[in-house]
Amino acid sequence: MSTRTGTGSTSAPVRRRRADRGAWLAFVVLTAPMVVGLFVFKYVAMGWGLLLSFSEARGTIALGTWVGLENYRTLLTDPRFRDSLAMIVVFTVIIVPLTFALALGLAVLVNRLRRGRALFRTTFFLPAAVSYVVASLIWKMSLFSGVPSSVANSLAGLVGQEPIAWIATVDPPLYWVVLVTVRLWLQVGLYMILFLAGIQEIPAELYEAAKVDGAASEWKLFRHITFPMLRNTSVAVVLLLVIAAFQAFDEFYNLLSTGLAGAPGPDGRPPLVYLYDVALVQQNYGVGSAGAFLVTLLIVVVTLLQSRLVGLGRRDA
Amino acid sequence: MRTVRRRGGREGSRVGSYLAAVVFAIPFLLPFYLLLRNSLMTQAELGALEWRWWPEKINLQGFVDAFDNSTAPLGRALFNSTMVAVVSAPVSTLLASMAGYAVARIRVAAARPVFLLVIATMMVPGAATFVPTFVVVGSMGGVNTLWGLIVPGLFNAFAVLLFRGFYLRFPQEIEDAGRVDGLGHLGVYLRLALPNSAGLIAALGVLSFIENWNAFLWPLVIGQDPAYWTVQVAMSTNLTAQAINMPALFASAVVSVIPLAVVFLVAQRWIVRGVMLTGIKG
Repeated sequence: MSTRTGTGSTSAPVRRRRADRGAWLAFVVLTAPMVVGLFVFKYVAMGWGLLLSFSEARGTIALGTWVGLENYRTLLTDPRFRDSLAMIVVFTVIIVPLTFALALGLAVLVNRLRRGRALFRTTFFLPAAVSYVVASLIWKMSLFSGVPSSVANSLAGLVGQEPIAWIATVDPPLYWVVLVTVRLWLQVGLYMILFLAGIQEIPAELYEAAKVDGAASEWKLFRHITFPMLRNTSVAVVLLLVIAAFQAFDEFYNLLSTGLAGAPGPDGRPPLVYLYDVALVQQNYGVGSAGAFLVTLLIVVVTLLQSRLVGLGRRDA
Repeated sequence: MRTVRRRGGREGSRVGSYLAAVVFAIPFLLPFYLLLRNSLMTQAELGALEWRWWPEKINLQGFVDAFDNSTAPLGRALFNSTMVAVVSAPVSTLLASMAGYAVARIRVAAARPVFLLVIATMMVPGAATFVPTFVVVGSMGGVNTLWGLIVPGLFNAFAVLLFRGFYLRFPQEIEDAGRVDGLGHLGVYLRLALPNSAGLIAALGVLSFIENWNAFLWPLVIGQDPAYWTVQVAMSTNLTAQAINMPALFASAVVSVIPLAVVFLVAQRWIVRGVMLTGIKG
């Protein structure tokens, strides 16, 4: 045994063996539920899924009809799957910087408030209590519905604009405004909280020193102290945002359930909605499993690339 | 925004901050107002051409219809969601605490391999692998059952990591004192370590409650029969249907948001703490 601590004396071998057995028993009792649960719902699931991804499995989850890489080929040659990948990349490229900037901006703003800080923090964070389904309902039927009395169209009417169809058409592609704002509203408060926590950990002396050195403008203080000191938080936030964006499902499913009317163009399905359709509607579990691994691979690669980039940036600085 | 670095300028910038905060707060609060307003309107008012700030006359028929809906009764859906959230939050947190304590404080040869086995699962993104999870749960007969909704989500590797970190810092002197009093490993955990981690348990438990109440993809996949719809799945089914009873749908949404709004306002301290703990993942 390599790890031994000085708490128990080893004078009597019998007592020590009993203590070891007690430790083992306690360890097994405390870890068994977690180990068994993760084994069944993660390890067995991933193993079975991997085998299914090499199997012909329509309407069945039984293994046996091996087809090699056929399911992966089916997916990668399906234009709708490729569209779904393109769509999620575009979505990620839009939503991540927007959420990042707004969350950081709100954190700086809330931090400047003396009185009422808690009130505004709660206000910006409150949407986190709302589900994607409820938010999609509000966005689809009230904020951005196609009728003239929706909020967006009422505002458009004030400047003489005709009612806009928003999610009911791809031309113009204003459905992006709906998709992006709903997620922005739901998630920005959470990341604001993370930035706020980071800001409050920055030592006040840094600002004092900078002011003595003459870097007095708010913008300079932000650029030379606040933002660099938030480096770790920023890296974590971008990582969490990217992983979440690649797995987007709820708002796409609920806002665009009938798809986007009027081809050509994407049919409004990100990868997870596409896979839901393949696995749960068409019951093709082989292709569905293959898709799960492709999306997982994509997320892992993007995450690793990002860590690489961040690592390089650190060496530059 | 202009900020002049003089005493008066600083006052001006403070006023500017409050002004900006109020301007930003409006779009954040607007959807809550719409939710409430719409739940009190009639179908005709909701489809009207003219914008209306408030219903002509308060209409509560939507709330009646929501509970009266024969295909997706709101009462049943609320019951399912309550079961999922009320069971998942404490159980998943407790399981993570137990495992986290064991790998942190019990020195057996298996501690390291078990810990690696647990954190390796963090590499796998949860939602993206819903098909393989569905295959396993389906093969065990979990489709259209409450356990199928609840059990697969009880094992949170990241929470294990957080609890391990906490228990590693748990003072050795307290453990030794417990030993002197005749407590074994389980006794030290149950009597001393667990009560000391109440703050972490509250923070992660409240977050888990919110996540489970608002969960959509997994309940949609596993609860296919209306009897096993959670409130999110029931609302989504109505939202994506051909004909929509809008006041009833908005009334359902109001009812579904109320429990969480209360949790949010009462336990915000713990939520903020939980977010801070779970956000420092990278």
